[in-house]
Amino acid sequence: MADLLTSLLPIDAAGLATLAWLALGLLGLFIPRRLITAILFPAGAAVALLLAAAGLWGLNTPTQSTVLPLGLPDLPFHLRLDALSAFFLLLLGAAATGISLYAAGYFRSLANKDGTLNLLCLQYHVFLASMAWVLLADDAYLFMVAWETMALSSYFLVTTDHVIPDIRRAGFLYLLIAHIGAIAILLAFGVMQGGHGDYSFAAMRAGHLDAFRASMAFLLALFGFGAKAGLLPLHAWLPEAHPAAPSPVSAMMSGIMLKTAIYGMLRVMFDLLDERLWWWGALMLVLGLSTALFGVLFAAVQTDIKRLLAYSSIENIGIIASGIGLGILFHAYNEDAVAALALTATLYHALNHAFFKSLLFLGAGSVLHATAERNMAKLGGLIHRMPWVAATALIGTLAIAGLPPFNGFVSEWLMLQAYLLTPALPAPYLNMMLPLGAAALALAAALAAYAMVKFYGIIFLGRPRGLDPGAAHDAGAWERLGLTWLAAGCVLLGLFPASVILQLDAVTRLLTGQALGNSAAHSGWLWLTPVAEERASYSPMILLLVIAGGLALTFLAVRKFYHGRLRRGPAWDCGYPQQTARMQDSAEGFGQPIKQIFEQFFGISRELPSPFDAQPHYRGEIRDRLWELFYRPLARLVERISMLVGALQHGRISIYLLYSFVTLIALLAFIR
Amino acid sequence: MKTSTLLFQFLQNGLVLLVAPLLLGWVNQCRAWLQNRSGAGLLQPYRLLFKLFHKDAVLADNASVLFRSTPYILFGCMWLAAALVPVVATDLPLSAAVDVIALVGIFALARVFIALAGMDIGTAFGSMGARREMLVSFLAEPALLMVFFTAASISASTSLTTIVETLAHRGFVIYPSMAFAGVAFLMVLLAENARIPVDNPATHLELTMIHEAMTLEYSARHLALIEWASSLKLLAYITIGFALFLPFGITKAGNWAALPLAVAALALKLAAAGAGLALLEALSAKQRVFRVPEFLGTAFLLAVLAILIHYLLGA
Amino acid sequence: MPIAQQLINLFAALLLLIAFAMLSQRRILSLINLFALQGLILTLSIADSAWLTHQHHLYYSAALTLLLKVLFLPWLLHRLIRKLEIKWDVETLINIPTTMLIGIVLVVFAFNLALPISLLSGTILRNTLGIAMASVLLSFLMMITRRKAIPQVIGFLAMENGLFFAATSATYGMPMVVELGIALDVLVGAFIFGIFFFHIRETFDSLEIRHMEKLKED
Repeated sequence: MADLLTSLLPIDAAGLATLAWLALGLLGLFIPRRLITAILFPAGAAVALLLAAAGLWGLNTPTQSTVLPLGLPDLPFHLRLDALSAFFLLLLGAAATGISLYAAGYFRSLANKDGTLNLLCLQYHVFLASMAWVLLADDAYLFMVAWETMALSSYFLVTTDHVIPDIRRAGFLYLLIAHIGAIAILLAFGVMQGGHGDYSFAAMRAGHLDAFRASMAFLLALFGFGAKAGLLPLHAWLPEAHPAAPSPVSAMMSGIMLKTAIYGMLRVMFDLLDERLWWWGALMLVLGLSTALFGVLFAAVQTDIKRLLAYSSIENIGIIASGIGLGILFHAYNEDAVAALALTATLYHALNHAFFKSLLFLGAGSVLHATAERNMAKLGGLIHRMPWVAATALIGTLAIAGLPPFNGFVSEWLMLQAYLLTPALPAPYLNMMLPLGAAALALAAALAAYAMVKFYGIIFLGRPRGLDPGAAHDAGAWERLGLTWLAAGCVLLGLFPASVILQLDAVTRLLTGQALGNSAAHSGWLWLTPVAEERASYSPMILLLVIAGGLALTFLAVRKFYHGRLRRGPAWDCGYPQQTARMQDSAEGFGQPIKQIFEQFFGISRELPSPFDAQPHYRGEIRDRLWELFYRPLARLVERISMLVGALQHGRISIYLLYSFVTLIALLAFIR
Repeated sequence: MKTSTLLFQFLQNGLVLLVAPLLLGWVNQCRAWLQNRSGAGLLQPYRLLFKLFHKDAVLADNASVLFRSTPYILFGCMWLAAALVPVVATDLPLSAAVDVIALVGIFALARVFIALAGMDIGTAFGSMGARREMLVSFLAEPALLMVFFTAASISASTSLTTIVETLAHRGFVIYPSMAFAGVAFLMVLLAENARIPVDNPATHLELTMIHEAMTLEYSARHLALIEWASSLKLLAYITIGFALFLPFGITKAGNWAALPLAVAALALKLAAAGAGLALLEALSAKQRVFRVPEFLGTAFLLAVLAILIHYLLGA
Repeated sequence: MPIAQQLINLFAALLLLIAFAMLSQRRILSLINLFALQGLILTLSIADSAWLTHQHHLYYSAALTLLLKVLFLPWLLHRLIRKLEIKWDVETLINIPTTMLIGIVLVVFAFNLALPISLLSGTILRNTLGIAMASVLLSFLMMITRRKAIPQVIGFLAMENGLFFAATSATYGMPMVVELGIALDVLVGAFIFGIFFFHIRETFDSLEIRHMEKLKED
């Protein structure tokens, strides 16, 4: 037994964890519904914690691989756990722990609907396990199987409330884009195997592609994984599917599933392809930054809680993609140290996003649960009714807005450092593009603060805007536990960046051959110094302590010397006693300046009431122009092509048989 | 050496706390003179703080914990910001913990809290102020960051200590990019400190105000802390301006001999900057709110140009 | 780097700054003042490079610039807007931040365009060639985005300033004959524009160039 334990490797632990998830999911079909939330979801959280531990362990052990006797005759399932997989397993496990804990409380309300919860439990755990397989796969076949399982299980999760037509529509859009993406990924693997017919990643790693084929593979992979991640212009499914899904599922899709696409990009671009061309990086940089700006601008004008968060996910994915682009760019010019810095920032941001976006989606879930209202215009003042959710959501809000000392700031700081430390690249256009990139990143970050202040302020602060506030209740014990776990992650990742970066070093060393560790850890865990102390240093702990110290000092001084008392009274009405709660900024009102400044950018339609209307009604709608510019023409094109294909259909069996016959003859003639 | 620099840090912490209201008083006094008024005197801000600290606080019925803690957080952030800028000395122990990007982050943290506090009571003014504050900040913050980036690219460091030492002590070099950055910084300074032409600290006219609208619900000690924090913010911004554009006379932490000179230089520069600020405000008019994005957009683009010029001219 | 050369870099940056200020300026009066300021900085930079390179003919160029572009043309323009009683603000076709954004793209483009030329050029001022080209393009942009005739003329004159600066930085200025010729051209151009303004206003009762679209035969 002891022997078995010592010979256990991270890869075995991770594999066991996925099996445990599958077992839990299957168990969910048979046991009483009450027990599912009481036992299975907490157990799933424990398994997730185990997986996170395996990931952390994997970061500190050499690469392991194993072959499973499953799969096709020629192509058994290859599993491999290197630092990159380990890091993303850590991300998956850590975020899933919080989400599963929360789900244990959240899904209790489904217990009296028949059948839903059992199926949900199965799909939920299959979804988790398939994401882990995606990360562990070491051949294209297993990868695609896991990828498709992931897409299908998440599709079923999105359409949990399939009785609502809008949700079916959102689910279909998601499925469609996911599959177009999957085809591109499949083609990318096809290009990368280089005609040898060996679809294991090991063979792809060993092979060498000429620049044209490598670029083809890159573009296909960018398209395929970009569709999953939500890069422009393939983002359209995100704001539809995220609001449609139950909140823990939204959290999982946004916090974790999008990261599998990031993993795929890194795996293909840095591991499977042996060369990187500079224009790949430039393309991804531009694409990523445009996505980031696009996402954050739309986030700032949303009125639906979850759509706002979905657009914010698009923004964060854009930032992550731009970081990968930066990494490729520097790596292509052999500036590996800076490339390592850019990738560290990217990975850090991916981890951060998993935590704060899951946290916010779960917080939004609690609000939804308590008020049954997704429209922010009806909410307000929930900080009094739901203090626990409000407190954790505040942490998430500050973290996602990129404020010190929380985690979002660290990755933003690292990313900006990567831009600043840019060496002189031999291409003058690029040298000038990078400062512009830094400016775009800074703008996106500042706009994110705008959107998040709106998010928090409208939902939790102020007075209730029409909804009965008495109905709202705070989250239950399991939900609190999940929220607290994720909030604690946001705080800890923000306070101990040097320790996190030490763990990330294994990944960047794998990808670029360089790591920050030596210089970053040089000055101890307290200090973050990615290059050298005199160039840049940041210490969130000291910052927090000093602010807290100053705060305490002030508080004590005020307490000691202050003579006045405190009394409560009504808010000052500025001499106008008829103020009502409806005079606060609505969600739309708060986004108004952004709408006005970037008017040409949005597709806006408004219905304004006439001044004499006794019952004035205002309606404003923001449309995504890309629908008109990109999706509609594409849909028309597809329709036209399918009309042509439709001409083949006659409805007579003999003609169909003729088609088969001609195909057979053609194939025989072709192969001979 | 170590205790000596620590002593410098404490000295600066105390100094900024005391000087900040004086600076505000000086600016107001200068403005009064320019407007042919006799003015309330240099010490008026202290009197105001004294008065506010002795009043009974009134809190709205539905004020949350966030609302009550915001003044303290604001004050803590601004104090830290003012304390770590090389006001009289570089190489302070704190300045290693917070570089220029983190400094922008601290300003943003304070801003987000005050905006949230403005929305907390649920009055029309509060949320209007919060919205406008965020509107100002989403362009001003990246502009400030780009100004810092220009200086950081010149000195190849984001640490304020290294920036000041590069700009001040390596002989006299003219950086054309800093001309752009200077204009952008001035615009950001005006916007972020609620000065004309973006905001008017002297009026309470609801159609124009930004900062005052958010703090409308505060009274007594809370208001005192916010006012004090505002003056600290002004001091921090002006001294950042000195550090970037006039880094002369700033000594190194632990160098006691140069301290009197540094303090004298600081007093002189602050007096000149305060007077200049008052003059600028007296000469310009308040812009309509929807012109503000244009004003700040220009600042942002100028700052971007500054960093471009640095890359292009190599200086 | 000697201080005189640093000064030239500074002047170059200031020229670009003024070009951007003109791009974002709404008032005609300030536009004219900015134009005068641009001329002054051009004068200073030419004088500075004359001093730096001991090229005496550049002093004459500087003096000519001072007379023509700092004193005479602004005076003429001031007189013109007094005569024409123009008090309106300048209306732009595209909003100002967008114009500035295009301007930044132009700057990047101009610098890359100037890079090979400045590598060929042996003068100490070659770094500033990009800036000179950028200010030419920016002035052109200003002409495009303005609706009224006077800002367009100022844009034209500012463009000439940029060209002049380009000539100085690439080859220490053009031969004196050419310079005098250009100066004369500008002068005559300004006069002709002035006369045109009166005619345009007489015909259309406005200086808005939109009205000239009516001249087209349908």
